[in-house]
Amino acid sequence: MTTGSLRVQRISLRRRAVNGLVTYAALAASIIIIVPLLAIFGYLLMKGIGSINWAFLTQTPKPVGEPGGGMGNAIVGSAIILGLSSLVGIPLGIGAGIYLAEFGRNKFGNLVRFTSDVLNGVPSIVVGIAVYGLVVITQKHFSAFAGGVALGIMMIPTIARSTEEMLLMVPRTIREAAWGLGVPQWRTTLSITLKTASAGVITGTMLAFARAAGETAPLLFTAFGNQFWNWNLNQPTAALPLQVFVYAISPFDEWHRQAWAGALVLIILIVVAVTAVRIVTSRGMYRGAA
Amino acid sequence: MAAQGSITPNPMPGSSRLSAVSGSQAKPLPARSSFASRFADKWFRGIITLSALSVLAIVILIAWQLVVHSDLSLKQFGLKFFFSSNWDPVAGDFGALPFVFGTLVSSLLALVIAVPLSVAAAVFITEMCPSWLKTPLSFLMELLAAIPSVIYGLWAIFILAPLLRTYVEPFLAKYLGWTGLFSGPAYGIGMLAAGIILAIMIVPIISSITREVMTAVPQQQREAVLALGATRWEMIRTGVLRNARTGIIGGVILGLGRALGETMAVTMVIGNRPEIAKSLFAPGYTMASVIANEFSEATDNLYLSAIIEIGLALFIVTLIVNAIAQALVWASTRGMPARAQA
Repeated sequence: MTTGSLRVQRISLRRRAVNGLVTYAALAASIIIIVPLLAIFGYLLMKGIGSINWAFLTQTPKPVGEPGGGMGNAIVGSAIILGLSSLVGIPLGIGAGIYLAEFGRNKFGNLVRFTSDVLNGVPSIVVGIAVYGLVVITQKHFSAFAGGVALGIMMIPTIARSTEEMLLMVPRTIREAAWGLGVPQWRTTLSITLKTASAGVITGTMLAFARAAGETAPLLFTAFGNQFWNWNLNQPTAALPLQVFVYAISPFDEWHRQAWAGALVLIILIVVAVTAVRIVTSRGMYRGAA
Repeated sequence: MAAQGSITPNPMPGSSRLSAVSGSQAKPLPARSSFASRFADKWFRGIITLSALSVLAIVILIAWQLVVHSDLSLKQFGLKFFFSSNWDPVAGDFGALPFVFGTLVSSLLALVIAVPLSVAAAVFITEMCPSWLKTPLSFLMELLAAIPSVIYGLWAIFILAPLLRTYVEPFLAKYLGWTGLFSGPAYGIGMLAAGIILAIMIVPIISSITREVMTAVPQQQREAVLALGATRWEMIRTGVLRNARTGIIGGVILGLGRALGETMAVTMVIGNRPEIAKSLFAPGYTMASVIANEFSEATDNLYLSAIIEIGLALFIVTLIVNAIAQALVWASTRGMPARAQA
């Protein structure tokens, strides 16, 4: 009896040591992952904040050697391209999501689901090439329109899958109640199901939007970039991430400084857009519930 | 489908009959709206189906565009394209081997760094950490996924690369230089920097999927192993990780897919030189970054089509990698609860 319990204790000491060691290793891994995150945000703030001023937000880039200038045109350009991409990506994404949730329990639905997940994994630069072939070669010039199509395509799979997920969370009884009242299918889906799930759908859409806002690779040869103001959708257009990239790989200190500022503005815009929409939709949801 | 299909038409005849009855007595309005609704329903279903079709159409269009525009290079070089390391735009001779090599090495390096870290972090978050820490910690890791690639690149150029050049690479050269993997001049910029930045970028993907599949492991599994007298780690190893491994492998492959196609951050730190070097300190080039750098410079058609052929190869590889990953993740997150119920 005593020897037995002694042996158990000796083994469990070693096992306890392994257990403790693994616990600390897992903790260490979590810390190692968080460090770069904090470092990136810290450096963005430290290096970027000093260069953000009114001129940076409103002016166009100055030639090398001239101090000052800004990314005003790139900020506006990004807004234009993202607006266009939302026009392409949001209706198609939500539409596909509705299909998957409401009619998609069949082979075709599974095919769409699978294709959409695969499309989500297609490198953004490959999407850029395809849009170059489809739009830029056809139009014979780079344009904000081409950039919008490229980013819109990137948004579709994320929106479709998150919309599907959110719609499926709406209880089936709510749909049946609407049908029982004689409400037609389209009306049930749009004003009952989609509306109930709207907070989640909007959050998913915003995440896709935020991801598109930071995309650079597909814009390289669709929107192309521009040093000047441009309001024409059929002309090459500047974009914030594109400008950050060009400035970051340049050999000039002044441009490096502006690249940090541009990156900070980009991150702030993304965070503000996502939080704003989250706050608005969560309020709406509470109001709806009350 | 059967349930959906049988319920959906039901309200339709019902409602039209109702309105027909009431319509014959007094008002034609409900009957008309019901007719319009039925018409609208068809349209609605049509439009919704079209947008679902658009997903398929887009993938087909991408493939078609890539094949059409790489036609010239496909015909000229054939399969030799991927085994030749000569990239000479002036002479019009193109081989993609250095880019394939760079893509594979940087992605594998990223996996070697990221997989242990992200699985360990997922284990910590799901099984070990106090519950108040769970949400903020997973939020921070999700945040890592929201940072744009170009910002990772910016940070890597100005912070990570100098750090590697002055501290990490001399250290590695001193102690591990004999392997040949860590030798030569320390530029900071090169394959190692690309691998590290890729690792940071794929950690949130692998980690979040690992967390998902670990959460899908039924609680009874854990309780059963603990009841046998296992320590927490033994419980995690035999009860959780073993059950979740298919999904974890799926997550790792998904991370690999992301690493293979990642463009901006890698382009900014890998050095962009089409060379095949043994040392990880040496600059390299990847398939995605050669497209990013040289696409707009490619003036003649053969050059452009060679670059697009690299894009085609990247497309096919990521398609296969993602399909495998998706199948594995689906199998483990969907199969698990079903097995638990049975």
